[in-house]
Amino acid sequence: MNEKSDVRQGTLALMVLKTLDVLGPLHGYGIARRIEQISGDMLAVNQGTLYPVLLKLEHEGSVSSEWGASEKNRKARFYRLTPAGHRQLQSETREWEQTAAIIARFFDVKAEDLP
Amino acid sequence: MRFLRRFLERLANFAGRRSADQRLREEMEEHLALQTEENLRAGMPPEEARRRAVLKFGAVEAVRESYHSEQSLPFVESLLQDLRYAIRQMVNSPGFAAIAILTVALGIGATTAIYSVVDATLLHPLPYPQPEQLVSIQDDLPGVAARDVGLSVPEWRDLQSSGIFQNVAIEGSGSVNLTGSSQPARIVFKPVTPNYFAILGVKPELGRVFDPRDQTPGFNLEVVITDGLWKREFGADPAILGKSLRLDNDAYTVVGVMPPGFRDEGRTSDERNTELWAGTGFAGDPAPPPLRKTRLTLEAIGRLQPGLTVEAAQSRLNALVASLQKQFPDDYPPQSQWTVRLVPLTENVVGDVRQPLVLLLGAVGLVLLIGCVNVANLQLARASARGREMAVRQALGAARMRLVRQLLTESLLLSVLGGIAGIAILFCVKGALLRMVPDSLPRLNEISISWSVLLFALGVSVLAGVIFGMAPALQAGLVDPGNMLRQEGRGSRGSRTQARTRSVLVVSEFALSLVLMIAAGLLLRSFWDLFQVRLGFDPENVMAVRMWLPVPNDPSTDIYGTAAKEAPFIREILRRARSLPGVNEIALGSLSSVPLNHTRNMGPLILEGHDLRGSDPPMVEASSVTPEYFHLMGMPLLRGRLFSDTDSETAPKVAVINEAMALTWWPNTDPLGKHFKVNPAAPAWITVAGVVPNARTESLENANVPQVYLCAYQRQDKELAIFLRGRLDPAQLPEQVRRQVQSVNPELPVFEAKMLPEVVSGALAQRRFTMETVLLFALTALLLAGLGIYGTISYVVSESTREIGVRIALGAQRKSILSMVLGKGLKLAVAGAIAGFAGALIVSHLMAGLLYGVSPSDPLTFVGLTLVLTAVALAASYIPARRAMRVDPITALRCE
Repeated sequence: MNEKSDVRQGTLALMVLKTLDVLGPLHGYGIARRIEQISGDMLAVNQGTLYPVLLKLEHEGSVSSEWGASEKNRKARFYRLTPAGHRQLQSETREWEQTAAIIARFFDVKAEDLP
Repeated sequence: MRFLRRFLERLANFAGRRSADQRLREEMEEHLALQTEENLRAGMPPEEARRRAVLKFGAVEAVRESYHSEQSLPFVESLLQDLRYAIRQMVNSPGFAAIAILTVALGIGATTAIYSVVDATLLHPLPYPQPEQLVSIQDDLPGVAARDVGLSVPEWRDLQSSGIFQNVAIEGSGSVNLTGSSQPARIVFKPVTPNYFAILGVKPELGRVFDPRDQTPGFNLEVVITDGLWKREFGADPAILGKSLRLDNDAYTVVGVMPPGFRDEGRTSDERNTELWAGTGFAGDPAPPPLRKTRLTLEAIGRLQPGLTVEAAQSRLNALVASLQKQFPDDYPPQSQWTVRLVPLTENVVGDVRQPLVLLLGAVGLVLLIGCVNVANLQLARASARGREMAVRQALGAARMRLVRQLLTESLLLSVLGGIAGIAILFCVKGALLRMVPDSLPRLNEISISWSVLLFALGVSVLAGVIFGMAPALQAGLVDPGNMLRQEGRGSRGSRTQARTRSVLVVSEFALSLVLMIAAGLLLRSFWDLFQVRLGFDPENVMAVRMWLPVPNDPSTDIYGTAAKEAPFIREILRRARSLPGVNEIALGSLSSVPLNHTRNMGPLILEGHDLRGSDPPMVEASSVTPEYFHLMGMPLLRGRLFSDTDSETAPKVAVINEAMALTWWPNTDPLGKHFKVNPAAPAWITVAGVVPNARTESLENANVPQVYLCAYQRQDKELAIFLRGRLDPAQLPEQVRRQVQSVNPELPVFEAKMLPEVVSGALAQRRFTMETVLLFALTALLLAGLGIYGTISYVVSESTREIGVRIALGAQRKSILSMVLGKGLKLAVAGAIAGFAGALIVSHLMAGLLYGVSPSDPLTFVGLTLVLTAVALAASYIPARRAMRVDPITALRCE
């Protein structure tokens, strides 16, 4: 597994957490749709990769899941953010923002700006 | 925390993973259904809607795999997979599996057996709490070449109050007559200072041990007995405490019974069989007055203060010794250089057997290694047959590491099964093995297959599996699939590297077995030399029977208290025993006159005219014997005269000495008529009357031990032995001697009747054990090495059948084919012999201490055994070579 996909894996988990935070309990398909809408091509293919990520988050205790009924009264598994997941989302959001800010500053720097 | 939680979840899932699979399937289904609906709404035809949904979902198998690896423990899972595969492989080739498992089982069984002995003797020699605090305290007078001279009572008290030790105890060892039961019985007993058990730290099973603060100068008339004695003599009487025993005519009270497994520490097997301990201060009767100059020739042990190392204690002790020397200059003459040594008690108990046991462990390790090499060779042969399978799997995308892991799993399965079989065999033959271990091997613990031994066996099995699995596994990892598959097509099997690996394995197998064989050969020669050594006495048809005269605590009640009182008793015993059936000759002597008995009976030697001021007297071994002793033992006279009946208790004291004694103390003069004493307090000098040749009565290895023989009528001794020569009936005689002795004094025990030839062979028991075991291992190694070379050459022949066929078709002589194949075997053997020769030289010098009369680089052994091994190699190659010679070129070429 190369570095790029590592980052993707991490971002996917973060997106899942954020989606659940904003929209409340959702089933897998709902999460996939939402991520697709916002991120464009990231989940246009290989939507299935979402499920191992969900399982990992559940093992870590960030989300919990249970069977429920979907809009059309179909059986579906609903994922919900746990308090631990909430805390994780907050701390990771902070980290991301810091990282992004630093990277952004690096990209802004031009040769003439340097002393 | 999160990791732990994930791991636990995984573990739980690993157990119940069906439901997880189910869950993923349902979720996927759900996802696809929702996506299809969405697509339908967007106006796609149903089939297209479903297809797009599936496409968008991605590769189901990949998702499932990554779901699974998230879900469960992939390592364990693939391990189980490998294991299942390995079992299938094993079942498919039962012959190979059986041979491999059996080889490993024998190797591990033997290794574990030796290890269990090492575990009980070397690793856990002392069955007492905090054994590292226990030390033996020994003092020497290097200035007069005297070792281990013993402490005096004031010295003991100095050590006790020095603050270096929690406690210091003095311990004697000897016999005592237990009277009052059916027969007077001789008991091995130890007079000990009352703090003895406090040092060992073992609680009694019944009652109590002695009070360490007890200050009684003489015997405190309390005894502690073993569980064995309690059961044997007292029928495990629960009311034993407080009962009275008569020991050497004095009444003692039983205060405690030690637990069943308890054994006394001690240097000799006799001491370790102590059954009774009596408390004493060694300062009152029957001990001599407690003067600083009066060294008790007894042993001392101590328990160091907690946290004090032996080195630190030793340096504090040195300071104490220096200050004592300053304080009592008269008692410690400077030339004698009195020093006190602390020796870890472990060392004291196992000192002599460390080297042989380490040798045995090394030897058995080599056998196991050779077994492993053999199995590795078999594995390699199979690996080349399975090369195609490996190549195909690799071509299909199996990772190399994965293949290596799978092959290692197969090896480990074999070795662990072998290990289990080995332990099973060991349990079955345990009784027989224990009988092989000589009694002279010190072991306070019972030799048993304990958890630590089982753990060792498991560790060795795994190690063996890795060793013999490594070569084939790495080979498989190196296979170039393309090349392999192409080669397969052409029909030639096995790669060049594989052939080289196999050769290296066989060569190392040869080298290892040569090392073992040379070690065994050298031991065998030493043993043989010792066996053939000129004893200087004739043990054939001689029996020695021991007896013990009581030492009552009040010397005035001792009916055998002086030589004059004892002499009539000795004459009466001799007179009566002479008439016993089959007895031609009879003599009597002190215990130290029994050949090879290993008792210390050193006394100070004071020579007339030698100035002793500023030094202690040297020590010498002295025994007393009746005049008949020398003729009975077959010891001739060299000069002067032997004892006669006129050397009675009233006649002037005379002595017979051996040549070594004469050469040591009267090197350039005639020793006859010279005067000396063995007791500084005795008023009369002893005159040297005769000289006899050296005899190996002290040790078989060394004939040059100075010996003094005194006349038994002129010296009082308590530990006696009756010697009988003739056409003896060993079954009847002891009982007849007992009856005669007890008709003189019904309270005397008669015990330990031994034929001297058995004593002599018993002295070799430990060497014999080492030699026989190493020899057995060496023969096993030879067999394995022979099989190894046979296998390799057979394989070479079957691999090159085509080549041989072509050669024959082109007109090669069958004889030259034979010599070609034999040459291959010989090349391997020679390479192995060179490596083995070098290894054996190193090993033989390491074991030089175990050799006798043979140089560690004895050319005969080295060259002879190398030739033997080469001959075995040629014989093992001959069978496949003949097969090669008979190859029919037509069949060979057509077959391919």
